[in-house]
Amino acid sequence: MTDLTKLTAVEIAGLVASGETSAVEVTQAHLDRIAAVDGRVNAFLHVDTEGALAAAREVDTRRAAGAELGPLAGVPVAVKDVLTTKGVPTTVGSKILEGWRPPYDSTIVQRLRAAGTVMLGKTNMDEFAMGSSTEYSAYGPSRNPWDTDRIPGGSGGGSAAALAAYEAPLAIGSDTGGSIRQPGAVTGTVGAKPTYGGTSRYGLVAFSSSLDTPGPCARTVLDAALLHEAIGGHDPRDSTSIAAPVPDVVAAAKLGATGDLTGVRLGIVTEFGGEGAEPGVMAAFNEAVDTLTKLGAEIVEISCPNFGYALPAYYLIAPSECSSNLARFDGVRFGLRVGDDGNRSLEEVMSLTREAGFGPEVKRRIMIGTYALSSGYYDAYYGQAQKVRTLITRDFTAAFERVDALISPTTPFVAFPLGARTSDPYQMYLADLFTIPTNLYGGPGISVPCGLADGLPVGLQVMAPTMADDRMYRVAAALESAVGTLTPPVL
Amino acid sequence: MTTTLPAYDEVVARYEPVIGLETHVELGTNTKMWCGCPTDFGGEPNTRVCPVCLGLPGSLPVANKAAIEATIRIGLALNCSIAQWCRFARKNYFYPDMPKNFQISQYDEPLCFEGYLDVEVNGETVRIGIERVHLEEDTGKTLHVGGATGRIHGATESLVDYNRAGIPLVEIVTKPIPGTGALAPEVARAYVTELRDVLRSLGVSDVRMEEGSLRCDVNTSLNLPGAEWGTRTETKNVNSLRSVERAVRSEMLRQASVLDAGGRITQETRHFHEDTGDTTPGRSKETATDYRYFPEPDLVPIAPDPAWVAELKAALPELPRLHRRRLQEAWGLSDLDMQSVLNAGAVELIEATVAAGATPAAARKWWLGELSRRANETGVELADVGATPAQVAELQGLVDAGKLNDKLARTVLEGVVAGEGTPTEIMTNRNLEVVSDTGALTAAVDEAIAANPGIADKIRSGKVAAAGALVGAVMKTTRGQADAKTVRELILARLGA
Repeated sequence: MTDLTKLTAVEIAGLVASGETSAVEVTQAHLDRIAAVDGRVNAFLHVDTEGALAAAREVDTRRAAGAELGPLAGVPVAVKDVLTTKGVPTTVGSKILEGWRPPYDSTIVQRLRAAGTVMLGKTNMDEFAMGSSTEYSAYGPSRNPWDTDRIPGGSGGGSAAALAAYEAPLAIGSDTGGSIRQPGAVTGTVGAKPTYGGTSRYGLVAFSSSLDTPGPCARTVLDAALLHEAIGGHDPRDSTSIAAPVPDVVAAAKLGATGDLTGVRLGIVTEFGGEGAEPGVMAAFNEAVDTLTKLGAEIVEISCPNFGYALPAYYLIAPSECSSNLARFDGVRFGLRVGDDGNRSLEEVMSLTREAGFGPEVKRRIMIGTYALSSGYYDAYYGQAQKVRTLITRDFTAAFERVDALISPTTPFVAFPLGARTSDPYQMYLADLFTIPTNLYGGPGISVPCGLADGLPVGLQVMAPTMADDRMYRVAAALESAVGTLTPPVL
Repeated sequence: MTTTLPAYDEVVARYEPVIGLETHVELGTNTKMWCGCPTDFGGEPNTRVCPVCLGLPGSLPVANKAAIEATIRIGLALNCSIAQWCRFARKNYFYPDMPKNFQISQYDEPLCFEGYLDVEVNGETVRIGIERVHLEEDTGKTLHVGGATGRIHGATESLVDYNRAGIPLVEIVTKPIPGTGALAPEVARAYVTELRDVLRSLGVSDVRMEEGSLRCDVNTSLNLPGAEWGTRTETKNVNSLRSVERAVRSEMLRQASVLDAGGRITQETRHFHEDTGDTTPGRSKETATDYRYFPEPDLVPIAPDPAWVAELKAALPELPRLHRRRLQEAWGLSDLDMQSVLNAGAVELIEATVAAGATPAAARKWWLGELSRRANETGVELADVGATPAQVAELQGLVDAGKLNDKLARTVLEGVVAGEGTPTEIMTNRNLEVVSDTGALTAAVDEAIAANPGIADKIRSGKVAAAGALVGAVMKTTRGQADAKTVRELILARLGA
């Protein structure tokens, strides 16, 4: 019998639609897989067994009644714990929200339900999506299925690890500085950050409002495109949501899968080469560039001189917004409350709650952001960072006058051992060196597996102009057709 | 404090006041600023809330277009320029009745700016500069229970009601107003009154100060003639038109006594107390919170289409000043008479009373006479005295129909103010209708003649003026309910005079 957990989303949906298997069988197979391996992976913070089986039964009932099913009906999906799920615990990887059951579904989760997907549960993440390894999760790190002594990337390491461990065929992540793409790269899976505003943030617990972008994670480019299509599009409840149709990413992925990139111009960002990346990563990337050339793409080198300022600008803008966004976690209305013994003042209770509820990285960023926004420092820090953001956007705009898309390694290094970078925040921040410019610009980016270095996956990033998400899917699918998907050692 | 305050006329002889006003107006939109929750006043605590106005994790605001429209209309009515592009900003500070621990407001890019409002004080027009009109959200309300004073100190529990959280709030800030001298308190009151009338004519708010839909902060400073402006204080909790005037006056007196003693004014927030009429210090501005304003990243900038703004401008209603001029003409009042109507805050009340059927003269008589006297005695606004324009018109109708005389009508009005019912109900229930039954009156007249034979003889002998004493006696036995003229005629007829 086919191992249902090894199939792609497209294959599962086909089997469910044809009646060769049921959504319940598919769901049960994945629940069994989670039960078997998640003790070693720790991808999930919460498994919603009953909710998943109920959703699967509904798909089977609708199919039996002759209803037309969508292209992802009956496919299980794992959801990063940053998105609210009605009645299902949502912690954002933080102690401060332990046990909180939101009274409402995020737009993304609503759309997943409407598409007939089956939510298996909530995946682990760095607390409030701040980190690149899941080591800042309050609930212990997730582990990379390629080597369980190594990190699965972050912040969405739980979602990526769940895919690589065959616990789910699809997952949702959120990308503020690389939190979808970098975990995708180090686990050998596909992760796409849509254009900012192309996917709704309603119900996404905010880290940095002007950067946060929910998006699809999968084991194949086409699966990611189908998930992108299902969750994308305008949402009147998010005023930064773009009121335009989702670019046809599914058609673009299918076109790319033909392996023909004739007429496509790709730019290599010269600033992203050299000493910043591990030699093994650069070797795999260069080999992928050769492959893309063979597929017909024209490759040029492009300088984006301001990309070097992206990391410092990001580490002013994101903490500034987070210092304000995280102010609501005060123990008054929801979540953890500490010290409310009848003797302490409200201010003391708020303070004790935040002291106990937030981890060190979150506190570090709140303090940096509070400082950067304070009177007398605003212009020098937050104001200056916004100017850099404008310059980076100009670099992208100028580049896209010459090429259709930009390419780079997704992250400078392969999955590193647990604990290797926790003592020096800056070393951790470097993991997002190549992904952050896209977030500051607001355009789309995707990471697709391009080879191995020392037996560990390497990802190639494709960056496209805003609302041209289809272009990156075409390039990624073409590379995938030549390189193939990476199969992790089965746990 | 035991300091004796100086006399007001001495203060304004020595110092020049500069005032400024910040007014918050809750807009009367159907829904809140960022979500679809209803905005109506009242309701059980925390029943008009959703993830957005509770600031739950993941929720996002979406701006209410009706609120933006109302703000632009206010700006236009106050002769402001309208921003072609502006943003909301986050004002960050921790407070339990503010769900997100930041308030979405506007900072350096207000929606409306650089306007003015003309107000009349003692027949003179004073132009008040408007610095800005911006849009923000209201907070919830905190109730401290268990303490002796209802204040945060000593309270055992704090309860928060978020029904008000997220209601659209417009802040209107004047430029500093110098040069008003002794009239500063009246100018302040006239400004808030005029602003209230403008807002009401626009239909953007119910502008009820007692329910908090119109709230006022008053800035006051004093300086020596020719010197630089003094340090200002900001007085909060000023919740009626009368209080606006009292707060300015009280703060002028207090500051003068500090300055007279060689002291310095501390820049601070002060609280006005309705009962004592004076102010006490709140938090000091010197340790003011750093609000860490930055542009609200969850909202897109507002860029009102100039054509839309032009449409809104063209559709503005007649503003109160012009409206009043038209009324003055229609009512046939001199400038002086109109001024007394204005001073009494009776324009709209008289207008409504006339609309309900009374003549302008009668309406003015009641509102400026009996009802103004009562309002002054009880220290309330005329509109809150307890009688409605419809009731006053009904009362006058009973007088015109001969069912009440002037004295009885005043008694009925007392009943109205006391909440006993409509004028007709009170007249009937308290049996106050004019006695017009001549049979009953004749008996009372005969009784009076019999009881006063000496006076009756005088009348018979032609001293008609003596009839007054008998009229008085009859009025007494009929408890004032007889028509005095009819009684007099009956007496004279009875005695053949």
